[in-house]
Amino acid sequence: MNTEWFVVLSALLFSTGALGILLRRSPMVILLCLELMLNAGNLALVAFSRMVGNGQGQVFAVIVMVIAACEVVVGLGLIVAIFRRRLPLDVDDLRELRG
Amino acid sequence: MSATAWAWLVLLFPLLGSIVIGLGYRALPQKVAGAIGTIAIGLAFACGVAALLSLLGDEPEARHHASSLWDYASVAGLDIKLGIFVDPLSIFMVLVVSGVSTLIHLYSYGYMQSDEGYHRFFSYLNFFVFSMLLLVLAGNFVLLIVGWAFVGFASYALISFWYRRETATRAGMKAFVINVVGDIGLVLAAFLIFRELGSFDYGTVFEKAPEVFTTNEWTITAICLLLLVGAFAKSAQLPLHTWLPDAMEGPTPVSSLIHAATMVTAGVYLIARTHVLFELAPTAADIAAFTGLATLLVAATMALVMTDLKRAIAYSTMSQIGYMIMGVSIGAYSAGMFHLMTHAFFKALLFMAAGSIIAAMANDQNIDRMSGFGKAMRFTSITFVCGALALAAFPGTSGFFSKDEILAFAEARGGMYLIFTVLGYVGALMTAVYSFRLVFRVLPGRPCAEAQELIDTGHVAHETPKNPATGEPEDTDVGFPGPEHHIAEQSAPMRVAMGALAFGALFAGLIQIPGVDDVVTGFLDPVFEGSPLARIEPSLGQDYVGLGIGGLIALLGIGIAYVLYIARPELPHRLETRLRPLHTLFANKWYFDEAIDFLVVRPALAIGRFANRVFERFVVDGLVSGTEGGVRGAGGVVRAVQNGFVRSYALLLIAGFAGLALYFLLSSS
Amino acid sequence: MEEVLFFLAAIGALGGAFGVIAMRNPFYSVLALIVHLFSLAALFLLLTSAFVAAAQVVVYAGAVMVLYVFVVAYVGGGGESAWEPIPGQRFLAPLLGIALFVELSVAVLSSSLLALGEDGADVKAGFGNPAAIGRLLLEKFLVPFEASSILLLLAAVGAIVLASNRRREESA
Repeated sequence: MNTEWFVVLSALLFSTGALGILLRRSPMVILLCLELMLNAGNLALVAFSRMVGNGQGQVFAVIVMVIAACEVVVGLGLIVAIFRRRLPLDVDDLRELRG
Repeated sequence: MSATAWAWLVLLFPLLGSIVIGLGYRALPQKVAGAIGTIAIGLAFACGVAALLSLLGDEPEARHHASSLWDYASVAGLDIKLGIFVDPLSIFMVLVVSGVSTLIHLYSYGYMQSDEGYHRFFSYLNFFVFSMLLLVLAGNFVLLIVGWAFVGFASYALISFWYRRETATRAGMKAFVINVVGDIGLVLAAFLIFRELGSFDYGTVFEKAPEVFTTNEWTITAICLLLLVGAFAKSAQLPLHTWLPDAMEGPTPVSSLIHAATMVTAGVYLIARTHVLFELAPTAADIAAFTGLATLLVAATMALVMTDLKRAIAYSTMSQIGYMIMGVSIGAYSAGMFHLMTHAFFKALLFMAAGSIIAAMANDQNIDRMSGFGKAMRFTSITFVCGALALAAFPGTSGFFSKDEILAFAEARGGMYLIFTVLGYVGALMTAVYSFRLVFRVLPGRPCAEAQELIDTGHVAHETPKNPATGEPEDTDVGFPGPEHHIAEQSAPMRVAMGALAFGALFAGLIQIPGVDDVVTGFLDPVFEGSPLARIEPSLGQDYVGLGIGGLIALLGIGIAYVLYIARPELPHRLETRLRPLHTLFANKWYFDEAIDFLVVRPALAIGRFANRVFERFVVDGLVSGTEGGVRGAGGVVRAVQNGFVRSYALLLIAGFAGLALYFLLSSS
Repeated sequence: MEEVLFFLAAIGALGGAFGVIAMRNPFYSVLALIVHLFSLAALFLLLTSAFVAAAQVVVYAGAVMVLYVFVVAYVGGGGESAWEPIPGQRFLAPLLGIALFVELSVAVLSSSLLALGEDGADVKAGFGNPAAIGRLLLEKFLVPFEASSILLLLAAVGAIVLASNRRREESA
């Protein structure tokens, strides 16, 4: 099983995530697409870790997961706050900074 | 102390006076300011006398000293110093200028007393004297130009002294513009001199000029013609004379100082100083002489019909300066300078007396309205007659000896120059007629209303202040001209000044009686000794014949004036109707103003309008608006990138990343 | 055998990914992501990284996704309008996605990392198990470990602050 396959799959997943960010308008879905991209990165890290033979890539992947979790928490908190203020949950409508 | 040290002091005192009065105008009471101004010039005169004495201690050949304070510029072959040149010619001018100026300051002390601009007046007047002295004492062409320009500025400042009057400010501008034309000529001449001779310094230039130039070479002729442009502008000769009559808008002391005795003689001084160059370009010298002659005659005709008292005297100045220019151009250097000196005396005196009369007339200058002042103002009329006698060259007065010396020299030079003698005498006749025309119109006869008021009450007439030129009422609540008018009879300083000048006008000629003594010529000889023309001397016989003819002509002129204005007063009117075209020509100043307006002013205005309408609007504005439009357009395009959509920013991000990755892939393959 | 498992997991991952970006209802997108995460865990197992796979399932699919589910339930899922306000976005986005994928693949496949084309290094039996990861975390990567725990604390506090009822601003 050579590492090429995993890395190419990771690239494909990454591009899919990027495409999703560009095309979807709901903040929820955009966050989900961010998750996709992060996971693609994780996959690449673990694949390389296996290729090289030491566990450093895996540790890196674990830390990335931690970061992803924090980011999700804050992002969802934002979405909840937006929803509470009865603003439309649409990235295109949330264009202006207002006090 | 050496002569040059005294000369520096001569320059210092008026400058200090001007600065002190100018800066302390709030602190100094009026009388103190006037005293400071007068004393400053008095000190300058005293230092001039000291310099004279020091100079006389030298051998006649060694009576020229140069001294410089510091270097202006010594780069690239230029070596311009702040340097003065002391020799008999400059000391002569210093004495004349500072002497007459002291008396005029004394006169202004009384005359300008109720004017609110008193301090400003004295500051400007002192500055003017400083610049004139600087011009005269300058030791190189650069400093000469500096003094020349300062004098022009001072003249402008003083002509438009009563700046609330529109006519005054316009006259000031006219004088300044014409002076600038002269300045251009002078500066170009200086450039050419530097180019040909490599130096601005008088000593070097006058030494090298005969070696470098052959006679009538076109460069030297060009230099002299450009110098003449400057001289004519400053001395109000044809065709650059139109500013002088208008300059009468200034207060009377200004007219008497600047436009009689000092500034207008700067051109004469210039030609005398650069006589070496003019002798190398006889064509230019002849052109100058003929212009002087033309001015002499034309101005005399204009003075014959003028009804404004000060303007008539102004035209007389133009005419007399024509004599001086003619004199120094044909080689009668000492004679020309002698006439400069006597003219300063009697012309300043005439202006002062005229000022006194105008003050009595509540600033009305029209001689048609004046009469009978002989009874009303004794002192003024006596001094007025003294000045007129000297102007008409009555036998024995100073003007008699000085004017005839020039004409005798022209005769002695012979050949073509006899024209100058003949037409000079014609001009002398007209001079006598017009000067006594003024005397006989203003002084004798039944007193006019203002004169009557003076006789009865001893008060000077008051009216609503009016602009004498246009007659429209002016608001003088800024305080000038002052509400009070001062006449000589009521003001001691004015009397002292006028008295001193009357003495000079009558008796100054005695220092240069042909065959008896020649103080002036003897003193100025060392300056002109290298000149071939200075060796021409009229014989004693020619001198006496000349004096005789001159005296006769003066008496004839006075007689004609008497007939026209006293014996048969209806005669002038009949002459006028018979010779109406001639009279119109003279009264309209030979249409010079209209000609200059047509030839110079209108094209300049048209060019200006064209520049504004076409060039400014399309080219300059177009360029600016075009740039603005371009920038705005580009900005608009770039601004569209910031549309606020997160997704489009993400698109740009990923697009940039893809582009970068593409670049790296391609460059590494 | 490995290849079959690989392809199955890969299909699962890809399907989940496309599901995330394609589904209209956000709730369905969340579910698709869960499928994706499980497939990814399988892929991790194929790479003998047992701990990471476990963490993926427990932490990611278990905790993070549950968070998502709760929020989607609270917020609700609306449809998005079909009209695209940004000109050119619908056209350029797929283009760039494909370009990105192609470039990354090219970069990987044509790179001079020779090891990519072979099987991985020989690893001992304990590769990728908790002990190995734990040792690395506490020996080599202690500082990142501590830093990430602080980050978690910050995130928790931040979330509480963001979502709290702030009375004075509710009335706005």
